[in-house]
Amino acid sequence: MSNSATTFGWLVLLCPLVGTTVIALGWRRWPGRTAGWLGTLAIALSFGFSIAMFAVLMNHSPDDRIFSSSLWDYVVTAGVDAKLSILVDPLSVYMALIVTGVSMLIHLYSVSYMNEDRGFSRYFSYLNFFVFSMLVLVMAGNFFLLIVGWAFVGAASYLLISFWYRRSTATRAGVKAFVINVFGDVGLVIGTFFIFRHTGTLDFVRAFAAVPHVFTHNQADLVAGCIFLLLGAFAKSAQVPLHTWLPDAMEGPTPVSALIHAATMVTAGVYLIARMHPLFEEAPAAADVGAIIGCLTLIVAATIAIVQTDIKRVIAYSTMSQIGYMVMGVSVGAYSAGLFHLMTHAFFKALLFMAAGSIIGAMAGVQSLDRMGGFRRALPFTFACFVIGGLALSGMPPFSGWLSKDDILAFLDHRGGGFLILGILGYVGAFLTGIYTFRMIFRAFYRDPVPEAVELEHGHLAHADVPRNPMTGEEEDTDVGFPGPGHFIAEREWPMKIAMSVLAVLAVIGGVLQIPGVDSGVERFLEPTFADSKLAHTQIATGAEWLGLVIGALIAIAGITVAYVIYIRSPETAPALQKRFAGIHRFLANKWYFDELIDLLIVRPAAWFGRFCESVLERIVISGTITDGTVGIVRAGSAAVRRLQTGFLRYYAALLVVGLSAVALYFLISSS
Amino acid sequence: MAIGWYLVVSAIIFCIGAAGVLTRRNPLVILLCLELMLNAANLALIAFSRLHGGEDGQIFALIVMVVAACEVTVGLGLIVAIYRRRLPIDVDEMSELHG
Repeated sequence: MSNSATTFGWLVLLCPLVGTTVIALGWRRWPGRTAGWLGTLAIALSFGFSIAMFAVLMNHSPDDRIFSSSLWDYVVTAGVDAKLSILVDPLSVYMALIVTGVSMLIHLYSVSYMNEDRGFSRYFSYLNFFVFSMLVLVMAGNFFLLIVGWAFVGAASYLLISFWYRRSTATRAGVKAFVINVFGDVGLVIGTFFIFRHTGTLDFVRAFAAVPHVFTHNQADLVAGCIFLLLGAFAKSAQVPLHTWLPDAMEGPTPVSALIHAATMVTAGVYLIARMHPLFEEAPAAADVGAIIGCLTLIVAATIAIVQTDIKRVIAYSTMSQIGYMVMGVSVGAYSAGLFHLMTHAFFKALLFMAAGSIIGAMAGVQSLDRMGGFRRALPFTFACFVIGGLALSGMPPFSGWLSKDDILAFLDHRGGGFLILGILGYVGAFLTGIYTFRMIFRAFYRDPVPEAVELEHGHLAHADVPRNPMTGEEEDTDVGFPGPGHFIAEREWPMKIAMSVLAVLAVIGGVLQIPGVDSGVERFLEPTFADSKLAHTQIATGAEWLGLVIGALIAIAGITVAYVIYIRSPETAPALQKRFAGIHRFLANKWYFDELIDLLIVRPAAWFGRFCESVLERIVISGTITDGTVGIVRAGSAAVRRLQTGFLRYYAALLVVGLSAVALYFLISSS
Repeated sequence: MAIGWYLVVSAIIFCIGAAGVLTRRNPLVILLCLELMLNAANLALIAFSRLHGGEDGQIFALIVMVVAACEVTVGLGLIVAIYRRRLPIDVDEMSELHG
């Protein structure tokens, strides 16, 4: 069925695609900031069409809000229906609104932040492509297009993470992200095969309608398919143990980190699980795996975030942790709560990254928390934004993160049993969140101002004489492939200021969409998508939800207080603790040794296998036996035949005569 | 009509031609011997044509003559080219095209 909603859906996809093409084709010619404005305009139009899509949907009655439309068929044969089709339903509209809305602000911020970079046009072309890929992913109407969008997002993340392609650390991080994402893509494809084998259709609506008829509860194929789908979700959403690319992805420009972490990419896994809820509800075994991994991730990431010293990496680990909440939520059936947290998280995480970008600008590219301090007076606006984002992240009332995170945890507590343990671990994670968030704030903004901050208070923005790689300290220049020479802070750039102000407001009031006992806007809006779900309609008593909210608020306050005591009131505590628990500190600072573990279990065996193939398979079997053997046979055969070619004409003639005579004689004899 | 005699004559001419091709070393003579062989074949064709009363054999003989004329043209051209380059006029000497 096609109508104005799907028309707007196609337009939502078209805008960033046109944007990326136009910017890419004219990359040499766009003067000044034109490419940035074009990119922002494309996403703004896309956001406008998303709103139009939303309006059309709201004009239909709630049980008639799922539309799909296909432009053309790729393959339609017996049993395969690969079409270019989109699905416009409340979930995809919800995601499209978040993706385009937050991306638009990130584009706006980038116009300033990337101003003096030599790859300005290239940057915006990639950025638009990233948004386009994510929109393909969330609007896809069948598994086929979902996989396409999924792979596009991986490719776009590679392009943007290694945007400063002359930094060896950046290119390595890009490759790492891409490889792990491809690992997830393979999982997604195999999972799709498992599902497709039984449902016989790639179309979401028809496949989900078929699920109750073709699958029995916890059937082996279904569980396997769901586990493989989860593998894809884990790789994209940076869940343990496929998370190691995410902190390395901080090598990209800061707005890219905001884009990856807030609006696009990492939320894809959460979306996938929510979209596939009819499958996961029939396969609770797989859903439980998702919940446990989500819970594990949120604890692991939170503990690592406490000891990291790179400001962007701390925020990266906090993203992992928050995505853990969402994955846990949508896996146990708290769809609206998980997606609500996805939205509020998009607001405050984008805000935090933008504020971090502003501090990094003030520090002339330095990202280490050890070097920062006392920026409170020098960067008042950034400070306010960072505190708002931090309060929302740690779940302080009345900020948005408080309502959304505790919505998930209340659902877990309500389901009871083993889920209660996950819920309690979630509260532990929330406590850690308060600590690491305010560790960042106290270390960057409080205490004695560092020279850069003092300079800025006198109106002079610090400038590095020799730009250095923040990770390795290597000297760099400012040519294409490296960060540009300029540094920018929100206080002096109006596009950055506007983007951050909007997000700050949203981070504060975003929670009003869903307040227990008062309003449940998100749940009501998403209801048609989850109408067939058994778990989504679980009603939690308003009192229990408020109890959860109060507990959440107390835990957040406790976490922030601990951070205050350690980092402000008695600053000597932190080094003392570090010395006292040196072993634990080393374990956490090395990120639980996940990188080393993966290196040992996968990278090294793969490299060893590669060398084995090179030295044994390639050299001895292929090159030595098969190729050289064939050459030897041909050479020996031709040497024998060559001797017949004497070059004497009369010899050839004699052979001809003898041969023909023999043939004639044969026919003569055989005919008589 | 007794076809035997015609065929015997044809066979004798053919054998003379073949023997010439095999034994002589002068390319000019070899070409002449080739002509002998072709004409022997023509004789047999026309004899059979008369025997059966059809025209096919005669037409075929005419075509063979055309082909023979072409072949002689090319062959003589080659021989003239060899002569001009002052190479020995001897097929046994021209044995460079060996494996």
